Amino acid sequence: MTRRADAAPERWLRKTGRGLYCAPGDFYIDPSRTAARAVITHGHSDHARAGHDAVLTTAATAAIMRARYGAESAGAYDCALYGETRRFGDVAVRLLPAGHVLGSAQVVIEHAGCRVVVSGDYKRRRDPTCAGFEPIDCDLFITEATFALPVFRHPDDRGEIAKLLHSLAVFPDRCHLVGVYALGKAQRVIALLRESGWDRPIYLHGALIELCALYESLGVALGDLRPVSGERKKAMAGEIVLCPPGALNDRWSRGFPDPVTAMASGWMRVRQRARMGGIELPLILSDHADWDELIRTIHDMGAPRLWVTHGREEALVHYARSKGVEAEALSLVGFEEEGG
Amino acid sequence: MKRFARLLDALVYTPSRNGKLRLLADYFTAAPDPDRGWALAALTDGLAQRQVKPALVRELVERRVDPVLFRLSYDYVGDLAETVSLIWPGNPARNAEPDLSEIVERLRVAARTEVPGLLAGWLDALDATGRYALLKLLMGGMRVGVSARLAKTALAMTGAASLEQIEEIWFGLEPPYLSLFAWLEGKAGPPAVDQRLAFRSPMLANPVELADLEPLDPADFRAEWKWDGIRVQLVAGGSEARLYSRNGEDIGAAFPDILGDAKFDAVLDGELLVLRDGAVAPFNDLQQRLNRKTVTARMLADFPAHIRLYDILFEDGGDLRRLPFDERRRRLERWHGRIVPPRTDLSPLVPFAAWRELASLRDAARADGVEGLMLKRRDSAYAAGRPQGPWFKWKRDPLLADCVLMYAQRGHGRRSSYYSDFTFGCWRGGAEGAAELVPVGKAYFGFTDAELVEIDRWVRAHSTERFGPVRAVEPGLVFEVAFDSIQRSSRHKSKLAMRFPRIHRIRWDKPHAEADRLETLEKLLNP
Ligand SMILES: [Zn+2]
Ligand SMILES: [Zn+2]
Repeated sequence: MTRRADAAPERWLRKTGRGLYCAPGDFYIDPSRTAARAVITHGHSDHARAGHDAVLTTAATAAIMRARYGAESAGAYDCALYGETRRFGDVAVRLLPAGHVLGSAQVVIEHAGCRVVVSGDYKRRRDPTCAGFEPIDCDLFITEATFALPVFRHPDDRGEIAKLLHSLAVFPDRCHLVGVYALGKAQRVIALLRESGWDRPIYLHGALIELCALYESLGVALGDLRPVSGERKKAMAGEIVLCPPGALNDRWSRGFPDPVTAMASGWMRVRQRARMGGIELPLILSDHADWDELIRTIHDMGAPRLWVTHGREEALVHYARSKGVEAEALSLVGFEEEGG
Repeated sequence: MKRFARLLDALVYTPSRNGKLRLLADYFTAAPDPDRGWALAALTDGLAQRQVKPALVRELVERRVDPVLFRLSYDYVGDLAETVSLIWPGNPARNAEPDLSEIVERLRVAARTEVPGLLAGWLDALDATGRYALLKLLMGGMRVGVSARLAKTALAMTGAASLEQIEEIWFGLEPPYLSLFAWLEGKAGPPAVDQRLAFRSPMLANPVELADLEPLDPADFRAEWKWDGIRVQLVAGGSEARLYSRNGEDIGAAFPDILGDAKFDAVLDGELLVLRDGAVAPFNDLQQRLNRKTVTARMLADFPAHIRLYDILFEDGGDLRRLPFDERRRRLERWHGRIVPPRTDLSPLVPFAAWRELASLRDAARADGVEGLMLKRRDSAYAAGRPQGPWFKWKRDPLLADCVLMYAQRGHGRRSSYYSDFTFGCWRGGAEGAAELVPVGKAYFGFTDAELVEIDRWVRAHSTERFGPVRAVEPGLVFEVAFDSIQRSSRHKSKLAMRFPRIHRIRWDKPHAEADRLETLEKLLNP
């Protein structure tokens, strides 16, 4: 494709009530309601919804959507490899790794001499459970902004995992309950624990089992995982038990021996947020880019124009403008401040 | 500084009281003098440092970070110390990390113009956790869920002295508390303080309900009104006097009128009130006098303070605390008749023969600054703390109203990134003119953390305007508000002021148009 200096992507790519829509290709990206054709960046529920007619995504994301929504998850899937091009009319679309969770992709859209990249959710640091983000030159970059404030600087993963292991050493009689999001965070925490040498069984709340099994079937080794419930809770002293964040403070968490309540999330950087959630051991582990990663990515993509969505748009828009990038906030409906 | 920073961090993340006590006790045992003493002062608010004003901190940070990005971050995080600690571009290579005592002692002698440079140097040298501790230390408002009493309880765990013993000499101690720690460690006797002006741990009552009282013999008990002020202890030694809150905090600076008239030798237990022409003024009036370092002549005249006496602990140096209540009461009456001290009167006993009779007296007494009743066994000695059995407080049931949320304000401490202070209103007008909401009160407790998260989300999704930390919201969320009484007030648009309002229930289900009207509240006014 020959790129043109006067590209005006806002003529053919726009925000609608359902989300971002590409008119000449007649498809939506991560639409919030059912659509005839949808390009899905990744399997988190605020991006991948059930019931679209035709879905273009990666094979891993399709597998995740099937696991989450069952047979009704979509009319038909077209699974593309990273880098493989699809054409819808005179629009070319391909997916590139976003480094967010297994199967996550950026969407590269080329039309009328203009290249647009929709980041979806992404991070730049290494993740043993998914392919790393690949930057690509473009004319318009549409970025997420979940942690787009300079107070958000995620520390090194290994240090955070070491905090958990240290606590286990100090409190060998206490169960360590770690709140994790079911898709991505759970598997990443497990993989990081394995890399740090934790080879004991890791115990799982029922809601995490299926996605962990799916990751394993897609080639991500997670080691010895076991379900925990009922009477077995009593035997969890000194063990690591993973559960969804919502289970930390509900009835399910009763019955564990003197649990240390931990949570793996980028929000844990703000102590009063952690404290409000009743978290004793905050682990700052995020699947989203922190402030420095966002800045670096804007630089790496080299786009003269930036649309910011999905989070704290204002700060990133301000920053980008101060660096001469033509930036604006694009508030898309349907995205929640979950995940992280 | 690392140790203190780690302590603060651990306190923030340890929800349980016992866990906090253990952390504090461990710290007081392990940390050296004088660091631990300064830490104790910081935790009990006795470190009157405050040389560092928030404006200075903002100025320093805005020289290093884009002010717009700083403002947006502060708006999100909500707490200045935390925002600055996270956003400050650290430069640990530049300086050695300072000790806690080095910081305190250096600032004591520093000229005002030196403070910015010192502070910036320390912020550079510390990591985010250390910066947070430093800023909390210097700006105050620690808010790590540690009350002065909890810190003193932890001290009692570390050594030879009981909590009561520590509280009774606390008023005479000063940071960094070297003599206190020496005593706790058994290296020295109790610190020498002038016992004549000492605070004595007060006797507290347990809440009770009619069903608990019925098996008890009314003849064994005396009843008094529970006045709607604050419980105080007035200690006078002839030429000098002190006024303490029930936690032993010296609140005398705000009450020179009371202290100036205390020309006797006695320790008295009573309720601090604002009294005009013999009538108890609304609690709000008393609040105008509280928490002040000085008061103007105008305030003394507008809000005259008064103590309504419940009990006498010492008379002319003699300790009466072991005497039975009836005997102390007799002594109190005789003493008061003899001295006739100005700005005091006796809280009358309420005669009664049966519990149900007393219950109806209690319900009828919503007026005149009465919160409920105190019940005291006639043979009870005056025992420090909250012993089970001899004293009860029997509060009235609260009044309830359905109100509509109008404004939400950011909270403090662990609630600083949530909208947690709520102003709510009731409907006025209607029929021909349009109905409008008028604010009737403000409350910041009564809900669980989980509910707060939900309300916060609702507020953010339904706000119509923002003024600094406050958001106006569209009418839509109904609170069932509980309050002890309602009074006329010229300071509010509704001309009403609730006493002790709290959120009783969140009525997610209730249509806001069906919330209460102002007239309904007016019917609850004291006669
Ligand atoms: Zn996501
Ligand atoms: Zn997302």
